[in-house]
Amino acid sequence: MTLPFYAPPEQIMKDRSDYARKGIARGRSLIAFGYEKGIAIVAENNSRTLHKISEIYDRIAFAGVGKYNEFEQLRIAGVRHADLKGFAFSRLDVDARSLANAYAQSLGQVFTHDLKPMEVEILIAEIGLSADGSDDRLFHILYDGTMVDEDTWIVLGGETEKITDQFTSEVSAGPDLSLEIGVRAAVGSLSDTEGCLQPHNLEVALLERGIGRRAFRRLTNNDLKGILEAD
Amino acid sequence: MILPSFDPGNDPGPNFVALLNRVADLFDNASDTAIRGMGIANHLGAMGLSNSEKAMTGDVRHGTTCLAVRYRDGVLLAGDRRATAGNFISSHRMEKVFRTDDHSGVAISGVAGPAVEMVRLFRLQLEHYEKVEGTPLSLEGKANQLSQMVRGNLPAAMRGLPVIPIFAGFDLNDETGLIFEYDITGGCYGECDYTAAGSGSMHARAVLKLESDSRQTRAKATDLALKALLIAADADAATGGPDLLRSIFPVIAVINADGYQLIEDKELNDRSSRLIGVITESAGSRAEDQDIQDSSDLESVS
Repeated sequence: MTLPFYAPPEQIMKDRSDYARKGIARGRSLIAFGYEKGIAIVAENNSRTLHKISEIYDRIAFAGVGKYNEFEQLRIAGVRHADLKGFAFSRLDVDARSLANAYAQSLGQVFTHDLKPMEVEILIAEIGLSADGSDDRLFHILYDGTMVDEDTWIVLGGETEKITDQFTSEVSAGPDLSLEIGVRAAVGSLSDTEGCLQPHNLEVALLERGIGRRAFRRLTNNDLKGILEAD
Repeated sequence: MILPSFDPGNDPGPNFVALLNRVADLFDNASDTAIRGMGIANHLGAMGLSNSEKAMTGDVRHGTTCLAVRYRDGVLLAGDRRATAGNFISSHRMEKVFRTDDHSGVAISGVAGPAVEMVRLFRLQLEHYEKVEGTPLSLEGKANQLSQMVRGNLPAAMRGLPVIPIFAGFDLNDETGLIFEYDITGGCYGECDYTAAGSGSMHARAVLKLESDSRQTRAKATDLALKALLIAADADAATGGPDLLRSIFPVIAVINADGYQLIEDKELNDRSSRLIGVITESAGSRAEDQDIQDSSDLESVS
């Protein structure tokens, strides 16, 4: 009988992490931040149809970076989780925290048990019921199931440090930030040295307070043009 | 609750009802009763009742008359407010018209419990599809989806628990309002200018048949809907008319290019009062005629 080569668990986990990180860094980044009416999510995306940002439930949005098919699979599972829960109990009982926990469990399980980890980082954003945004939530979940509860802004993907530095030096996210200024700063931070991102390279969606039960709304190309040209 | 995940071959796709059934299978051996119960409750058709139980269905809450008419810019859905359980009026305020999404709505008649459950499931199904697929169902797709749900209820309907909905919506592709009527087998019939369902539907339908015209204005269509419900209430004990004492009016919703809007009670109050005024007036003049005739009879006797 041949013995398999021994590999220490530290090494296995490190290899998996490196693999996942490399996959995620290949993709483009995104920024989410709180603004006066809710939460805005800005992503670089050349496709009109393959979305990185989507609606999960009335006040919950999903955003993913990394491998499209993997975060798409997670997104659909999230929609199912939320709709099942809302149907079994009440729409008010569907919350981002429990959803984020389910995601973390699922990603953690895949990371330790499956052949390869998922090359994704996801964001679960939720706007609360209070008007001042004090109970808005941003959950950042990593490929290995690590879950971080962020305060008012977050950057997902590769090169996060550079983007973070630029974004935070320009604006401070929160209830005092207007949408226009926030989106311009986010687009500026996501753009590389070759030039500013144009509306057709961007995907921007909002969770906006006061527009009805379903708070999720996408900004159109024209909306974006208006915001970016006003600069 | 864990994240539901499926093999590609077993994936329910954008269908929420299929998802419910899969999840019920998934949890059959688990202790998650909330999910399991929900999966079972969803088999509306599986609510088999024995014949002795069938006799009791008279005590189950029923919704009665609802209708839909087309008008110039879209469609209008209306329903009276009475719910009955056998001989009792169990509610004066039941709502039988529901918004299902931005440009469609459902009105229900039949047994209230499964009907409301069906609407809840239907509404969720439309939203679920839109979220999973990233694009909404076509209006015809929505009508067919509801048809499947009504068909699923057939075994219960045969045992005395029918649900008959009316589905109406504004087709954004064709820019027209469309009405779909159903029978208990799930048969779905489009291309009608008006329809009514429920115990008072025969009378309401007669009024609509005589006076409805798909080119009518919204005001005319609203008056017509109120009149049809009033006539139905006049002839059918299970249908409620406008209740001026308690200010309870039928629920009327219009669906057009701008979306789904409920007509406000104030407008319904004005229109109902005018309609009742006309009837009172004609009844009054008839009574006067009768008085004249009575007095002339007396004269001839004397």
